[in-house]
Amino acid sequence: MITVSQVDICYRMPHDKIQSMKEYLVALLHGKLRYDFFYALHDVSFHVGRGEVLGILGDNGAGKSTLLKVIAGILKPTSGSVRIRGNVVPMLELGSGFDYDLTGRENIFLNGAILGYSEKFLQEKFREIVAFSELEAFLDVPVRNYSSGMVMRLAFSIASVVEPDVLIVDEILAVGDVPFQEKSYARMLELMHRGTTVLLVSHNLEQIQRLCDRVLWLKDGRVVCINKTKPVCDAYVKGKRP
Amino acid sequence: MNTERAQIHLPAFLTKYRFLIKQLVMRDFKTKYKRSVLGVLWSFLNPLLTMTIQYIVFSTLFRSDIPNFIIYLLSGIICYNFFAETAGLCLSSIVANAPLIHKVYLPKYIYPFSRALSSSINLLLSLLPLLLMMLLTRTPITPAILLLPFALLMLFLFSYGIGLLLATLMVFFRDTQFLWGVLSMLWMYLTPIFYPETIIPQAFLGVYKLNPLYHILRFVRTLLMSGISPPPRAYLYCLLLCTVPLLLGLWIFRGKQDRFILYI
Repeated sequence: MITVSQVDICYRMPHDKIQSMKEYLVALLHGKLRYDFFYALHDVSFHVGRGEVLGILGDNGAGKSTLLKVIAGILKPTSGSVRIRGNVVPMLELGSGFDYDLTGRENIFLNGAILGYSEKFLQEKFREIVAFSELEAFLDVPVRNYSSGMVMRLAFSIASVVEPDVLIVDEILAVGDVPFQEKSYARMLELMHRGTTVLLVSHNLEQIQRLCDRVLWLKDGRVVCINKTKPVCDAYVKGKRP
Repeated sequence: MNTERAQIHLPAFLTKYRFLIKQLVMRDFKTKYKRSVLGVLWSFLNPLLTMTIQYIVFSTLFRSDIPNFIIYLLSGIICYNFFAETAGLCLSSIVANAPLIHKVYLPKYIYPFSRALSSSINLLLSLLPLLLMMLLTRTPITPAILLLPFALLMLFLFSYGIGLLLATLMVFFRDTQFLWGVLSMLWMYLTPIFYPETIIPQAFLGVYKLNPLYHILRFVRTLLMSGISPPPRAYLYCLLLCTVPLLLGLWIFRGKQDRFILYI
């Protein structure tokens, strides 16, 4: 389903602080432009099968979000390759496609289009999206007047209405108030049971243990290990490789 | 990734992303006039008001002896405004959509393309006042006007090409927006919008002949004011001078698009 092979993401950072065009040109002419290389991901390879739920663990800055972005096609790997079969729905930061001047109704269509839904599909699912978000009364209000919880609820409702082949989730199981959180959690479980392949980044170990079949542990851009959930989580807590 | 291929086959690209492009164009259009009282009327009013001011200036302060000056001026203003608007909108299209580019994979052509399209709607709307003025000035309307879409298409391709170049440059070099402000003014003066071609000094004629807008304007004015089709040569000039910037824009944009995300 998803095959990631030897992916590197390498950022080039200028070694010396160059502040102006003149300094840049001078440095360039003298051949003194030096760079530091920073590997956000280094030699990452793994395979995820159909319907599998893979958790991704790691400290801040380990490269979890970068990895999700590479898989979602947002970032291009410096080297290596990612192969995916089927359609991918990324839930990286909900509501990033919203236009705050447009109404909730208009944003459902705009955001749906951004996520790659067809017009027909959106019209069919429109009621369902609205019902799930519980925002019927505010559909024709510009989103700028929504509370942040309302924005998140609408965004989650749009993103979760499809049954994608691959779902990429970055810490979004904490949307809205407690009842809505439970509802969205139930929705995620439903998607997983229907055979959607899920990649899930979370700092919530309990959540990972409940949801995931396998877990990938990233550290400083490298894969520490990838294995069944229990041993990896235990090792992660102890901070030692299993 | 399978999505990359869509960019090469234009028809497939257009069907796949038609709905998204439609949504983005609608958004641009809706938000543009969202909080204004007159709303979409501005699309008609803007060229008319600009024309009125320039007409007063150039028919009283500076005497111009261009026959049918109203149509001459209005056609010039409409075409130039479209070019400036499209290029300006495309310029910021990548940088302004940074949040989206960071979160969802979409072919990046979509951003400048949808903006160029929404600007085209504006262009089409501003043709209505032009038609109105043609009727009022009793300019004969001949079948030659049916060739206008060719000129407008060329104008679109050229403006989109420049827009792609500017959008790419803007990502790496934010000074582009200020430079473009100056450059577009220079470009306006290098295009015979409100002055007759006859006052162009011989020495500068070469520069003018390289300006696609010069050729497009000549083309449009021949259609509207003389009511005949321009000579075949004119088609060739337009085609050549508009597709070269377009191809250049596409090529550079394509080469750099994977690096955009690192700079926005």
